[in-house]
Amino acid sequence: MEGPQTERVVRQLRELYRRYGYTQYRMSKFEPYDLYVRNKSFLVSEDILTFTDADGRLMALKPDVTLSIVKDAKKGSGLQKVCYSENVYRTSPMSRSFREIMQTGLECVGEIDLVAMGEVLLLAAKSLETVSGDYLLDVSHLGLAAGLLDSAGLPEEGRRELWAHMGEKNVPALLACCRELGLDGDTAGSLCRLTSLYGPPEELLPELEGMVRGERMAAALEELGAVCALVPEGRLRLDFSIVSDMDYYNGLVFRGYLPGLPDSVLSGGRYDNLLRQMGRKDAAIGFAVYMDLLDRLEGGPDGPDADVLLLYKDGTPARAVLEEAGSLRQAGQSVRVERQVPEGLTFRTVRKAGERG
Amino acid sequence: MIDIALPKGRLGEKVYQILEEAGYPCPAIREENRKLVFEDVRSGVRYFWVKPSDVGIYVERAAADVGIAGKDILLEHQPQVYELADLGVGRCRMCVAGKKDFRDSRGRTLRVATKFPKIAKSYYSACSRDIDIIELHGSIELAPLLGLSDVIVDIVETGKTLLENGLEVKETVVPISARLIANRASYKFKYEEIVRLCRRVEEHCRRAGYLGEEEIR
Repeated sequence: MEGPQTERVVRQLRELYRRYGYTQYRMSKFEPYDLYVRNKSFLVSEDILTFTDADGRLMALKPDVTLSIVKDAKKGSGLQKVCYSENVYRTSPMSRSFREIMQTGLECVGEIDLVAMGEVLLLAAKSLETVSGDYLLDVSHLGLAAGLLDSAGLPEEGRRELWAHMGEKNVPALLACCRELGLDGDTAGSLCRLTSLYGPPEELLPELEGMVRGERMAAALEELGAVCALVPEGRLRLDFSIVSDMDYYNGLVFRGYLPGLPDSVLSGGRYDNLLRQMGRKDAAIGFAVYMDLLDRLEGGPDGPDADVLLLYKDGTPARAVLEEAGSLRQAGQSVRVERQVPEGLTFRTVRKAGERG
Repeated sequence: MIDIALPKGRLGEKVYQILEEAGYPCPAIREENRKLVFEDVRSGVRYFWVKPSDVGIYVERAAADVGIAGKDILLEHQPQVYELADLGVGRCRMCVAGKKDFRDSRGRTLRVATKFPKIAKSYYSACSRDIDIIELHGSIELAPLLGLSDVIVDIVETGKTLLENGLEVKETVVPISARLIANRASYKFKYEEIVRLCRRVEEHCRRAGYLGEEEIR
């Protein structure tokens, strides 16, 4: 399924997370369907592949890894730092049919402070750098827009449509929606400005200071500034159109992009609300890298399929053929042994067994 | 270089004219030939014509960085893209229409013929109405005339076709116009170019009077 590039990246990411002390987490391919139904809106897509287990229980091929990890995370024993690479089964918005998607990522569950947030964001940046130095890591803080609306007195129920327009960067529709909800001009203006802003934190943070209304927004901005300062500048961008489902996510959220790929390959953030829904008081942050998209970076076959094609005739002694191939391999070359030139494959050199040169 | 997907047809011609006047001309596109892709190095753009309903797919999958699509296409296919501007051209309405003498009764399942099944479904489910969707690909107006459906959900520009066939608009579902959309990753990697294009196009549309008072910030 996965190409050589993806395999290499998975290995490198696993090693990266291991060096930061994240422990490998393996899980079963399926979970009781119940877990996903209860948390449906946490999932990227609502479609779930189900089947009936031998004892009649309805099971699901896991569409998500985070839920399983959080469900099993121990309480009150410091931080749980785990990393994983697992296959998940979901419909991708692009293909609209079920696919097996390789997902690699990490989760940090417990008392999340600035150190933990900085470390996770740094690891997200390093994960992207593993694939390409030209990555972009977009960061947002959900407390900013939410705080703005809190101070304008808009109840939670009225916000869903606003978030949808923010996610599309659709300023005209957002403005119309603000008018319908009766928001004051300042709030509407700030919300539109937040939606269209895009750029490095050092450029945008000063402008955001001027927008602050209320304590929640001030605290969010302070946290955002503090976290961004912990990650090397240059590839970081602020983008407040990242509006994940606020029933689950809160605070810091981020997305990673690589040149040449049509959508984000990394997605993560704080999801304290999910833990709260599961009846826990602590917090969590994590991210996932979608390996299925990375496959597209590989392009066509670049190099030859093998360095040497060693051709032999029917009469050539088998031992001589294998020994010749063996000595070529010892010299560091890859060798394919055949009686005739295979169709559709390329080789750096073709040689006949028994001929020196 | 920005790759731009234009919708084939009358709307596309109009949109190209806007882009040309906004500072993105590509004279090669006016030549009579069978070429599919037109590039202008000086303007920094590459244009190509695609079927209007495919614009969203080209942009979502980053074959085009930006594109121009009708709001009807965006509502129907819901591509994962940014919707950056309303150009105010290609204005029309998504409507429910039926025979003049048709009397709706909530006691029956409504038969709805349409090219836009998603829009029709979400419109009727918002009013908790059970409907039977009949998906057609053209000549929608024929359906109520032949008794294939009770009503149609379709785009109405002038209403002339409806009038000539004894049909009338019953309800307006949503107003439609052309939108400038952008791929989400391209937006990041070509931020300056895309935002400049968006600003110039929007300014041009405003000057030309395509945008009403309501849409001006």
